[in-house]
Amino acid sequence: MEHASFGDQRNATFALAEEDHTLANALRFTLNQDPRVIFCGYSIPHPSEARVNVRVQTTGDPAREVLKDTCQDLMLTCQHIRGTFDNAVKDFRMKNPPDDLTSQEMDSD
Amino acid sequence: MSDSDSEAMADAGVENPKLPPHLELRRTRVLCKADAPTSTDTVQYSGAYASLGVDNSLRFDDFRNNFRVQVNRISHEDMEFDMVGVDPSIANALRRILLAELPTMAIEKVLIANNTSVVQDEVLAHRLGLIPIKVDPRLFDYLSENDTSNEKNTIVFKLHVRCAERGQRLTATSNELTWLPKGSELLKTSESLTSTSKPETYTSFTCSQDSMPEFAGNPISVYPDIIIAKLGFGQEIELEAHAVKGVGKTHAKWSPVATCWYRMLPEVVLTEEIEGKKAELLKQKCPANVFEIEDLADGKKRATVARPRACTLCRECIRDGDDWEKRVSLRRVKDHFIFTIESTGALPPEVLFTEAVKILEDKCERVISDLS
Repeated sequence: MEHASFGDQRNATFALAEEDHTLANALRFTLNQDPRVIFCGYSIPHPSEARVNVRVQTTGDPAREVLKDTCQDLMLTCQHIRGTFDNAVKDFRMKNPPDDLTSQEMDSD
Repeated sequence: MSDSDSEAMADAGVENPKLPPHLELRRTRVLCKADAPTSTDTVQYSGAYASLGVDNSLRFDDFRNNFRVQVNRISHEDMEFDMVGVDPSIANALRRILLAELPTMAIEKVLIANNTSVVQDEVLAHRLGLIPIKVDPRLFDYLSENDTSNEKNTIVFKLHVRCAERGQRLTATSNELTWLPKGSELLKTSESLTSTSKPETYTSFTCSQDSMPEFAGNPISVYPDIIIAKLGFGQEIELEAHAVKGVGKTHAKWSPVATCWYRMLPEVVLTEEIEGKKAELLKQKCPANVFEIEDLADGKKRATVARPRACTLCRECIRDGDDWEKRVSLRRVKDHFIFTIESTGALPPEVLFTEAVKILEDKCERVISDLS
């Protein structure tokens, strides 16, 4: 899964199976935001095969740890998005109580 | 000049020196010129402005402070909301998951007993697969090759229509699809029939689906009034359809959204004052009525931007000649997304979005466990 050079933990390529642009691009963005990362990118070797290669080069920390921390960050981001979204829907519903008749009419525009 | 600015600001005790305004514009806005948009990429790299002393990294606290969601309209079928403060890669990931990786139930196997209509068997089966089924897919399990169909992973529907010899031709709609909560009724014929054993059907339900609490008073139905086939005199269709759980990646019939898209918030800025006849001209040019005329105190008219959200980027306002491009600046805000989700009816749109975010979290979880 990880193709690294022996002894140099800073730079590594991770091959993720069964993934595509959905996760890889989001990971690449979150990796870029980490100040420990010098370089990061992803490539898809062949579109028919569901495999993504993520390259991470860091300033000193082992690349594996940085990738793990990044995934945790992305998970935190997702949880925050979910919470904020749920609150926003609840607030909207409280301010505009769903009236079944009018919402049916609103659908036909 | 920018270096001394940042130094001066650092001396003044500001923790985070800010970017000069022209760079901030390039970082946060897509500039839509007449020929092509510029500065379209988001500046992701944390050290992009390191030479200016500006930290471009996004800490989670900053994200939490800047992120907000505002719902514009919501109904049982579609919703539109604004998501501000998130990067396009995450918005796109959620859009891709909504289209392709949220499971639904759809008809997969069709057992045709009789089909004398003009619609071929396979075309009929294909059409049946595309009919949306109004049931919560989270209540069901996936059916794999080796499993037997039981009440936890299959829904069975029956269709039996016949057009009479006289009278009118018949249109078979999805209203004719009846739910069979006890499972399949078609018998499997076997070589040696032992009279003592119960005849086997194509599914093995151990209990009836309408005895389950979720479906007790709430029968599973399909979306009504969808034309399946049209029958002439004497033609008949008799079939049984089995629906299973799947994701949009395998086949689009399993996609829970009719469609789902996002666009960036448009920002229209008048860089020069536009008065008098030119203002009238500008207001007429725009087909989306973005501009409005306001009357000034001394009788002159001035153009203002009244509805920037309506801008569709048709670029009519900057088309004729170079002058207009200098006066009107069309921009898009890079981190403000207007998301629209149209559900097919199985799950309400806000539930779909929440599930999509959960799936993105699960993907990260899987990568973490692979790495450890």
